[in-house]
Amino acid sequence: MPIADEDILIIDTPGLTLAESVYLPEIVRGLGTTLRHMVTSWGQGKTSRTIQYPEQRREHYDVEKGGQFDDNFRGVHRLNRDDAGRVKCVACMMCPTICPANCIHIVAQESPWDDREKYPQQFEIDELRCIFCGMCEEACPVDAIELTPEYDLVGLTRNEMIFDKEKLLSIYDATIERKPM
Amino acid sequence: MTYTLKPADPYDLTIEDTSYLSEHVDTGDRWVLNFGPQHPATHTTLRLVLELDGERVARVTPHIGYLHSGFEKLGETMDYNQYVTIVSRMDYLGPILSDVCWHLAVEKLFGIDLTPRCKVLRTIMSELARIQNHLLCVGAAALDLGAFTGFLYAFNPREKIHDICDFVSGQRFHSDWTRVGGAMADLPDEAVFKRMVSDFVNDDLPRALDDMEKLVLRNRIFLDRTMGIGVMSKDEAIEWSLSGPLARASGVRRDLRKDEPYLCFADNWDGQGASAVEFKVPVASAGDVYSRFCVRVAEIRESIKIINQLIDNIPGGPIDMFSDGKQVKPPKAEVYGSIEGLIQHFELIMSNRGWTAPVGEVYGCNESANGELGYYIVGDGKARPWRVATRPPSFINYQAMAKMTEGHLLSDVVAILGSINIVAGELDR
Ligand code: SF4
Ligand code: SF4
Repeated sequence: MPIADEDILIIDTPGLTLAESVYLPEIVRGLGTTLRHMVTSWGQGKTSRTIQYPEQRREHYDVEKGGQFDDNFRGVHRLNRDDAGRVKCVACMMCPTICPANCIHIVAQESPWDDREKYPQQFEIDELRCIFCGMCEEACPVDAIELTPEYDLVGLTRNEMIFDKEKLLSIYDATIERKPM
Repeated sequence: MTYTLKPADPYDLTIEDTSYLSEHVDTGDRWVLNFGPQHPATHTTLRLVLELDGERVARVTPHIGYLHSGFEKLGETMDYNQYVTIVSRMDYLGPILSDVCWHLAVEKLFGIDLTPRCKVLRTIMSELARIQNHLLCVGAAALDLGAFTGFLYAFNPREKIHDICDFVSGQRFHSDWTRVGGAMADLPDEAVFKRMVSDFVNDDLPRALDDMEKLVLRNRIFLDRTMGIGVMSKDEAIEWSLSGPLARASGVRRDLRKDEPYLCFADNWDGQGASAVEFKVPVASAGDVYSRFCVRVAEIRESIKIINQLIDNIPGGPIDMFSDGKQVKPPKAEVYGSIEGLIQHFELIMSNRGWTAPVGEVYGCNESANGELGYYIVGDGKARPWRVATRPPSFINYQAMAKMTEGHLLSDVVAILGSINIVAGELDR
């Protein structure tokens, strides 16, 4: 079915007017626009979108002013602890199954505690392979794995970037204040 | 000079060597110049073999495949939710458009009808993605043609769209936000979302558009370099099956949002007789590079209208379909609170269970920013599609590159390439 005429917006592309083709007045007007931008963005002004990282960071800003929303942000993972400080994970293998990047590796073992059958003896996430989609967090039935607001993720070697259980638990300790469970 | 493929061996693998090319031209000494694959003006990795007569382009052979990453094949090893992460890396200039398109195709296969809230939010997000894509296209064209400032004015508002995506989904760029029958999560805070979006579309964006129009679209140098370049007539546009802004700039009246309406572009989208959102389809007639940019800017203004109609009355209720509950992931409260929810949750994720997709094939298409984006899915009743094929607008539009370029000057190649707005992730899949 052809689109009705009243739904069409005809764009005509007119050539240059005399003033525009003379070019000089246009240069002045263009400079005016540029100057206006320069003045309004001077020193982190209204229209400036620059953040002077790392002195300033996105988390220092209000969400509506371009800040980071900590509750939602999909950064580095952490493994949550339960009330007794043990790893909360029950090694159910949901997260390695759902992970589109295949970057979670778990070795499950019989748990030494009575409240569950299994626990992860090894838990590794290859942060270089991870695409931070958040599906592992969605899939976990006991809220054991979560993505944190941390985003500065650096390392000198690839091996360093494979985070093991201890590292992931230590990220929990470091971020629990900022993002409560 | 018209474009003729060597008919005897159209798949000649030695196309790369010069003798093949020079055998093909009638007279004179011609230059063969490789444009790309690593050239800033190609935006991504693609390669054009240009055969030059002085500064005129006599023949163009577009090459593809430099960013081939097996995306389509991956569709056969991932389930209907996981694949959204791949899809959004295809058209990475406006990722949410691809996300929405993929899941609309999946929902067509599954026969899921979305909730009104989900439809509205998906429409808003995909219009934002359209704006994001058009801003990049016009801004980067300005950059290619030497106007660096215009590029910056286009990128400032894009930053705000990233902020909105970050707020909604947690990632600025690849939001991977849609899921079968709904979305990853509901809005964290509706009031804040509304304020962010309406501030953006009513304040920042119009100002940036005005600046861009003044600085780029009414700029004599820009006009001189884009008017009358790369002309495709209406008939040619149809013959080459162009779509999107390219076709509309040539006068083809086609926009899937009107022709095959989906989401809030269809009448009665909320099931209670709501009428479709109102907007106009910008159509130009010149078919040159300049009119393509004008159509894109006009489309941004229409998208603003669409968003303004929807943003103030986002319907309440759930965002996910959880009706008969075999195909949609249950909400977390359900997972922790009830045994049915927990079982359902496990069923959907476990690799030997998962979805029982209907056996059949569908083609679902959307109007993406560059044209008709479609996904063709063959389901064989298992958790993963049997085959996924993409109809990427960039790929179809890119074939006309040779036709548009021949006979123009070398410097026009950049302008024409910019106006097609090729995204190599989608081009090569
Ligand atoms: S965020 Fe995504 S890619 Fe990364 S570990 Fe989780 S599921 Fe895998
Ligand atoms: S889904 Fe949760 S409980 Fe299961 S293995 Fe992963 S982190 Fe552990």
